[in-house]
Amino acid sequence: MPVTKEILDEIALSQAEYGMIVDRLDREPNPVELGMFGALWSEHCGYKHSRPLLRLFPSRSPRVLSQSGAENAGAVDIGDGLAVVFKVESHNHPSAVEPLQGAATGVGGIVRDILAMGARPIALLNSLRFGPLDSAQNRHLFRGVVEGISWYGNCIGVPDVAGEIYFDDSYSQNPLVNAMCVGVVSTDKLASAAAGQSGSVLLLVGADTGRDGIHGASGLASRTFEEEQELRPTVQVGNPFLEKVLIESCLEALETGCVTGIQDLGAAGLTSAAIESAYRGGRGIILDLSRVHRREPGMTGYEVMLSESQERMLLVTPPENVETVRKVFQKWDVPCNEIGQVIRQPQAHIVDGEESVAQLPIEQLTEAPRYRLKGAPSSEQLERQQLSLGDVPLPSQGVPDTLLQLLASPNIASKRSVYQQYDHQVQTNTVVGPGSDAAVLRIKGSNKAIALSIDCNSRYCFLDPYRGGQIVVAEVCRNLSSTGAEPLALTDCLNFGNPERPEIYYQLEWCVRGMAHACRFLGVPVVSGNVSLYNESQGQAIYPTPIVGGLGLLEDVNARVPSAFPEEGLAVYLLGQSSLRPRASDLAGSEILQVTHQRVAGRPSISLPLEQRVQALCRQAIAQELILSAHDCSEGGLAVALAECAIPTGVGFLGTTVLSRLARRWDCVLFGERQSRIAVTLRWEDAAKLGFIAAEMDVPVLEVGHTGGNRFRLGRYADLLLSEVADAWEGGLDRALVS
Amino acid sequence: MRFGILVFPGTWSDADCYYQVKDVLGQDADYVWHREESLDGFDCVILPGGFSYGDYLRAGAIARFSPVMNALSDFASAGGLVVGICNGFQVLCEAGLLPGVLMRNAHLEYRCQWTNLRAERTDTPFTTRCGLLQSLRIPVSHGEGNYYADADTLDRLERNGQVLFRYCDDAGRIAETCNPNGSARNIAGIINERGNVLGMMPHPERSCEPLLGSDDGNLIFLSVIDSFR
Repeated sequence: MPVTKEILDEIALSQAEYGMIVDRLDREPNPVELGMFGALWSEHCGYKHSRPLLRLFPSRSPRVLSQSGAENAGAVDIGDGLAVVFKVESHNHPSAVEPLQGAATGVGGIVRDILAMGARPIALLNSLRFGPLDSAQNRHLFRGVVEGISWYGNCIGVPDVAGEIYFDDSYSQNPLVNAMCVGVVSTDKLASAAAGQSGSVLLLVGADTGRDGIHGASGLASRTFEEEQELRPTVQVGNPFLEKVLIESCLEALETGCVTGIQDLGAAGLTSAAIESAYRGGRGIILDLSRVHRREPGMTGYEVMLSESQERMLLVTPPENVETVRKVFQKWDVPCNEIGQVIRQPQAHIVDGEESVAQLPIEQLTEAPRYRLKGAPSSEQLERQQLSLGDVPLPSQGVPDTLLQLLASPNIASKRSVYQQYDHQVQTNTVVGPGSDAAVLRIKGSNKAIALSIDCNSRYCFLDPYRGGQIVVAEVCRNLSSTGAEPLALTDCLNFGNPERPEIYYQLEWCVRGMAHACRFLGVPVVSGNVSLYNESQGQAIYPTPIVGGLGLLEDVNARVPSAFPEEGLAVYLLGQSSLRPRASDLAGSEILQVTHQRVAGRPSISLPLEQRVQALCRQAIAQELILSAHDCSEGGLAVALAECAIPTGVGFLGTTVLSRLARRWDCVLFGERQSRIAVTLRWEDAAKLGFIAAEMDVPVLEVGHTGGNRFRLGRYADLLLSEVADAWEGGLDRALVS
Repeated sequence: MRFGILVFPGTWSDADCYYQVKDVLGQDADYVWHREESLDGFDCVILPGGFSYGDYLRAGAIARFSPVMNALSDFASAGGLVVGICNGFQVLCEAGLLPGVLMRNAHLEYRCQWTNLRAERTDTPFTTRCGLLQSLRIPVSHGEGNYYADADTLDRLERNGQVLFRYCDDAGRIAETCNPNGSARNIAGIINERGNVLGMMPHPERSCEPLLGSDDGNLIFLSVIDSFR
């Protein structure tokens, strides 16, 4: 069969890759075989452009139980015989086409990744990016995605505890929907995705297999937005009720001890689940497609192998245990069918009743070609980094209006109207919910708690991928440290444009290098992740957006602090800075530069040694009960951070004159986004003690004011009613949606 | 005393209710699968929150046909205490054990937030531990919690003292701004005429420890426990 360019485009393989397949097989593949190659060699499954870079991440630590890439998600030992399992994954392209179902099935997919580790899902987080809300299309995408997460997540009984949302032109046609799931499992019950002994039976459980989502992995993930508009029918449709019973029935089946392997059916459906499971076990498989329960008659073998119907899992069990496992699924009314078995030879035999459908060596399928592309910065890249304070006039409106404008900016404004649509309390572990630096969940049956955060400032990555990558990692860890938790491990989702373009590959490579460097420096491994490339529309790539999710541990759940001011009469200190002298880099990629000057420019900077010391000081002072609240300074700088501390509890802030002593460049001092800073409160009598420890740890600290009253005062610059400040922040997002 | 916690496919507050009555309050508790046909041996039966059968068709509409619902009806007729929370409240209304219906929230969005509830009576088995008109801090989490009944039914409920909880502010004052879903007359929970079946949208099991932000939800189950002493 001569293969045409149209066919190859459909499955996103190049002519050269087709040639490679023919070489490896020593024959032409049939259409089903070719479809299987296309799916497994896609970026989503095969990481053909990103694997050499992913190796740069440190993946080991004494607490890491899983080997990166060997299982569905990373597992981290938190002591007491428990492991936390977590991973973040993208569902960008489906969400661009059909926001509600795209986001919903993104949640469903990542939950099954965690389930495939044998863990009970205990938390969801998400990271979203949209174009500005003044466009009707962007509002449609935003509302649809939020509704999809709410609809699916609420129904399955897993709390949505933290997240972040940013808006920028670069995401206008290409929204990002990254979902993270966290699970807990006894370390001795961690499940494996490997196929196990030959003769073992493969059970397909869950939803019927339909025609939805075919080419999700290879097709959608490699196409541009305009082409996707026509692909609405290929987007998967979710059934959260079935997901909920699938979670319960699979956990109950694992509890019987009769299941030796478990794998979710995600991108590339049965193809990827069965082949990867066999590959991990060093075995082969026979699959009989006639035994796959289907949603409609007349489906071809190709469609069955590549369907991305949701809510399905593949279980491996010794033949003598099949009945025990089947009974569990019968109890839950979940379909469960024997569809094949594990064989010794590392071959994939796919049959449909009597008819042979595909016959391929496992290794040829899983060994996707690797490409080391060459990156080069665009000429604009260096131009963008130029920024001197001389070119940036002070905002003419003055400090109070700038503060209110920034607080109302959708990037900074409260996201309450979003997260109140998500159940963030079910399972009764949520000690600190959404709206804080990091969520805190207690671990029942122990004295411990975990902290969870997800973050990325893509503007910094756009301006300087290497430093931006470092900052992403530093900030997620800072969020965790701000609760008192020790950062243990990270997961990441690399959202980028088309890597075949040198300037995009440059962004990808240097973001990863920056992240990896920061991970090593701060001692946190990356235990799981996902890559989403080709995020472009009309030739315009999204900002480089490496989303990072972080896991932290609190040995004592009570040794945590909130981010908001807890009471009146406390001293407010800034960790990480001793003088407010302005620098141009303070404004690099800042929200103030964007909002008041419509500019994205400059070169952000970070000192990792300082970052490490600031976080260590914060954690130690929290453990010693010196610090009573802590909030990291990020978008909007010091003034916005202080306002965010005051608003939730209605406790006012009175800034000292140090805030206005230095001068003319109040934009840098109050709204600059210098890294490695945490605003904390403490009792006055503990100030000397904090100063002593800070000096010992070589961390600069600065007294910036005290808490109390109903006003928000920044030295002589601004004196506002706290209620006015709160109104700007709390209503900002809703007003942007209406306007 | 012994609590029975009904589990339908799609129920998700079962483990939270179990944790509260067993681990926090130290009572006996067992899960009851929806196919069971007997509730013998239980003193109080809880219908927990969730999306039974995905809430497909209408919240609670399919669960009411589960085999255990016949047993529940007998259990309630015999005077057994029944507490339906969130989806459990919806199931009790669908099954005709409580009057009225729970419509989609007036603003059409799901809502997970803290609310304050005022106990309108303290002489029921569910509220003896509450102060009269005391404000309880208990969260809601639902998309369909907008209680509705016709005016005659509402008047009858009021007359009979069947309105047990109303949404209020933290000082116990009733105001429209405290109503998270548009419920008629700020109703958050009602009892049947006999006074042994309670349905409420807020989740008392989520306010069972100060660590979670409140332990006011314990007052309801401590009242139930007291009634068996």
